[in-house]
Amino acid sequence: MNNKIYSNRAWWLILPMLLLVAFSAIIPLMTVVNYSVQDVFDANTRFFTGVEWFQETLNNPALQAALVRQFAFSLTVLAIEVPLGIGIALLMPKKGWQASAILILVTMPLLIPWNVVGSIWQIFTRGDIGLMGWGLRELGYGYNITRSAVDAWGTIILMDVWHWTPLIALLCYSGLRSIPDAYYQAARIDRASRWAVFRYIQLPKLTNVLVIGILLRFMHSFMIYAEPFVLTGGGPGNSTTFLSQSLTTMAIGQQDLGPSAAFSLIYFLIILLVCWVFYTAIMNLQKDKQLDKGA
Amino acid sequence: MNQSIPTTPEAVRKQAAAADARRRRQARPVSRQWRRRGLMTAYIVFVLLPVYWLLNMSFQSNSEILGALTLWPQDFTLEHYAKIFTDSNWYMGYVNSIAYVLMNMLISLAVALPAAYAFSRYRFIGDKHLFFWLLTNLMAPPAVFLLPYFQLYYTVGLFDTHVAVALAHCLFNIPLAVWILEGFMSSVPKEIDETAFIDGYSFPRFFVKIFIPMISSGIGVTLFFLFMFSWVELLLASTLTATNAQPIGSVMTQTKGASGIDWGALSAAGVLTILPGIVVVYFVRNHIAKGFALGRT
Amino acid sequence: MAEITLKGLAHSYLAAPSSAEDYAIREMNHVWHQGGAYALLGPSGCGKSTLLNIISGLLEPSSGDVLFDGERVNHLPPEARNIAQVFQFPVVYDTMTVYDNLAFPLRNVGTPADKVRERVLEVADVLELTPQLRRKAKNLTADEKQKVSMGRGLVRDDVSAILFDEPLTVIDPQLKWKLRRKLKEIHQRFNITMVYVTHDQLEASTFADRIAVMYEGQVVQFGTPRELFETPNHTFVGYFIGSPGMNFLEVEARDGRVMAGALPLAVPEAVHAAVAGAGSANVKLGIRPEFVKVHAAPVDEAMEAVVEDVQDLGTYAILSLRLGETPFKARIEEDDTLPRDRAWLRFPLARLGLYVDEFRVEIPHE
Repeated sequence: MNNKIYSNRAWWLILPMLLLVAFSAIIPLMTVVNYSVQDVFDANTRFFTGVEWFQETLNNPALQAALVRQFAFSLTVLAIEVPLGIGIALLMPKKGWQASAILILVTMPLLIPWNVVGSIWQIFTRGDIGLMGWGLRELGYGYNITRSAVDAWGTIILMDVWHWTPLIALLCYSGLRSIPDAYYQAARIDRASRWAVFRYIQLPKLTNVLVIGILLRFMHSFMIYAEPFVLTGGGPGNSTTFLSQSLTTMAIGQQDLGPSAAFSLIYFLIILLVCWVFYTAIMNLQKDKQLDKGA
Repeated sequence: MNQSIPTTPEAVRKQAAAADARRRRQARPVSRQWRRRGLMTAYIVFVLLPVYWLLNMSFQSNSEILGALTLWPQDFTLEHYAKIFTDSNWYMGYVNSIAYVLMNMLISLAVALPAAYAFSRYRFIGDKHLFFWLLTNLMAPPAVFLLPYFQLYYTVGLFDTHVAVALAHCLFNIPLAVWILEGFMSSVPKEIDETAFIDGYSFPRFFVKIFIPMISSGIGVTLFFLFMFSWVELLLASTLTATNAQPIGSVMTQTKGASGIDWGALSAAGVLTILPGIVVVYFVRNHIAKGFALGRT
Repeated sequence: MAEITLKGLAHSYLAAPSSAEDYAIREMNHVWHQGGAYALLGPSGCGKSTLLNIISGLLEPSSGDVLFDGERVNHLPPEARNIAQVFQFPVVYDTMTVYDNLAFPLRNVGTPADKVRERVLEVADVLELTPQLRRKAKNLTADEKQKVSMGRGLVRDDVSAILFDEPLTVIDPQLKWKLRRKLKEIHQRFNITMVYVTHDQLEASTFADRIAVMYEGQVVQFGTPRELFETPNHTFVGYFIGSPGMNFLEVEARDGRVMAGALPLAVPEAVHAAVAGAGSANVKLGIRPEFVKVHAAPVDEAMEAVVEDVQDLGTYAILSLRLGETPFKARIEEDDTLPRDRAWLRFPLARLGLYVDEFRVEIPHE
């Protein structure tokens, strides 16, 4: 898009949007910044603390552990959901009533409120009333998510895969649908194998949607709150306590305004940083291709 | 067999491709066909099983639920649904949720449309930075904004109203809408705009009469996403409301009675939260296949 | 390398075709000889794309046979027919370099690397793609991409034929000409059967040695560009080839004369005899605008026509006339006198065609 018109009057089109987003983003963010550098006792008594809360947060072992768990969780679900989503997109039928039916079924988990997702899995996995919990016990496995950290982790990951693989699958499905028939015909005339078709025709067309999918999935998995909160409550112990839950406990539960504000900012910055690094890396890859044009 | 005679080369190619695909499907070894169907079925079962279990629970009486495990309701009952539809606490939860979701969709779309148009058609001071800043709001964890939102909406007197939740969800929904719409708008050739202006259309008339119909499937997909993220979010929604605008999600968390959790009611309420989603997908199902890539393939 | 024979070929998109209109291809017998450069020319909807897809194997014909070197290949898919097809829109593998794109069809069948290299370099050289070999195919211009698409067909020395499905649609006009020349050159060098589908007569006649004109699911004439121009076999060919197309007058033999409506035509007796003996109500006389003799003043044995419009095209002019009730075109050269309101026309016998039920019949001389 090099042919955009230069006009600052476009700001008028942006303005309503800007005011609303500013109201719901900038003002609250300023409050957070404000808290993060002060120690608030009550409405009238507060001290400037500088970077003290930030240091405290960064050195807090519980939060460090939560951060490590958070990364482990996000990377695990990405590693499972991305290949699985691509696979499902390739399997989904393209025409007929089956296509519509499967599309609706696959999309369904995305539109279930997050705490209900937690509830569904809570009911499904309980040892006494849940099909999965009961089934695993009948099979002789001592499944218990309130005692075993491994079971709790496994269940949360399974739940996230159930909940979010559809997003990757639908993005890829849509990407695959945009490939013209001529490409497949040409590949066959070139006698390409099934793998070569995937590697050289389908996968390249999926790069853009996968970048979007991976970014969205990283962000959302990094902010996960309601589902594990309902399912495991962060336990057993702290084994499934992720960053959002730590933060909510600190801010609402303990009313530690200063530290939780500092924590908020660090949390936000980590997400920004990871997304930025990922995005820049992808853009650089594409820029290399662009440069190649001049060569 | 398709019962029509193609007249354009394009249609001939399409028909040829379809006929060829059909032939190949039939020529494929039976084992591979079944493997394909088997895998797809396995995934669908995986998706449906937890939902089935929820449905199963919602039709069982609480004594059956807590008794021996049954794979389908032995003692079919609608008592939990009856309870939800008769108790105003319960059904108002749905009304509240739907109210703020619709409000949010309306607000987000109304401000995102002109903004997305500006980003897709013009260059102006700070455009790139502004766009990037918008996207960063998508990345803000709701947990971060919990406390400031609570204080902000309390101060301006919006606490426990539908508007409060609708505005709070704008935090991530407006940037998302701008971003999705920008993708769709950029794929509409600029010449369309120029031709319309030469033909004497005013900007608002052009926008409503010509441009919006052209990106209708983009708007459909955008509405889908707006619905999705506002409907499923609970952390902000439950923090910013108390009794008057409480979403169904937080009503559900209060089912713990003296005798423990009311599993039957919880399941029935859960089933009812899934239904609006299915209705929405049903309406946009034809746009999803093409539009889900957000104009960015 | 193969000779492609179509035997009793017919195709319908309907499951139970009942009338001739239901067929996209009607009962067709045709042979494409090994090494020929052919064009398949016709308006959209005439069945040429259907025919191409049947040859390439994407469509299976409803009836009749497709033979490659005498062997029936009806049920073979494209990959087994050893055929290359270049599509309307260029198809390149975006993430690969030009080199890898060209090498792709060879590597897919496990060709040794040095043989791949040799073929790719040779084809790249012919297509003038050598400077681009290392570039990613994604960033090429449309015509370069189309050259890569063609190149993938050319690297295979075992290919039976290359089919082109309106390959120059997306190419700039000045490059079109260059690419057509290139194709012709390649054809001469590699001696591959090429079939080129187009609706553009200029494209067809600059590329092909012989053109098959299709109309309503049939090949109505197969011949050199010159034959198509001078002796169209079918009124459609007359209309379709040439600009403007051939003039046709509906005629009948009445009172010992050849009449076009109420107008008696000044034509030799041989024509009258042929019209009288045609045995059909649908008889037409056809003559190309280029072959009509136009006089600005009355001459013997000429017919008077009203001049309605003159379109001056520099070195020549096209006259729009009315001969009796029939609109009529004639071309006159720069040096000839331009008639005013009226013109006198003569039809040289050698240039006159007689069409009975739309097909050409010989006018017996003497």
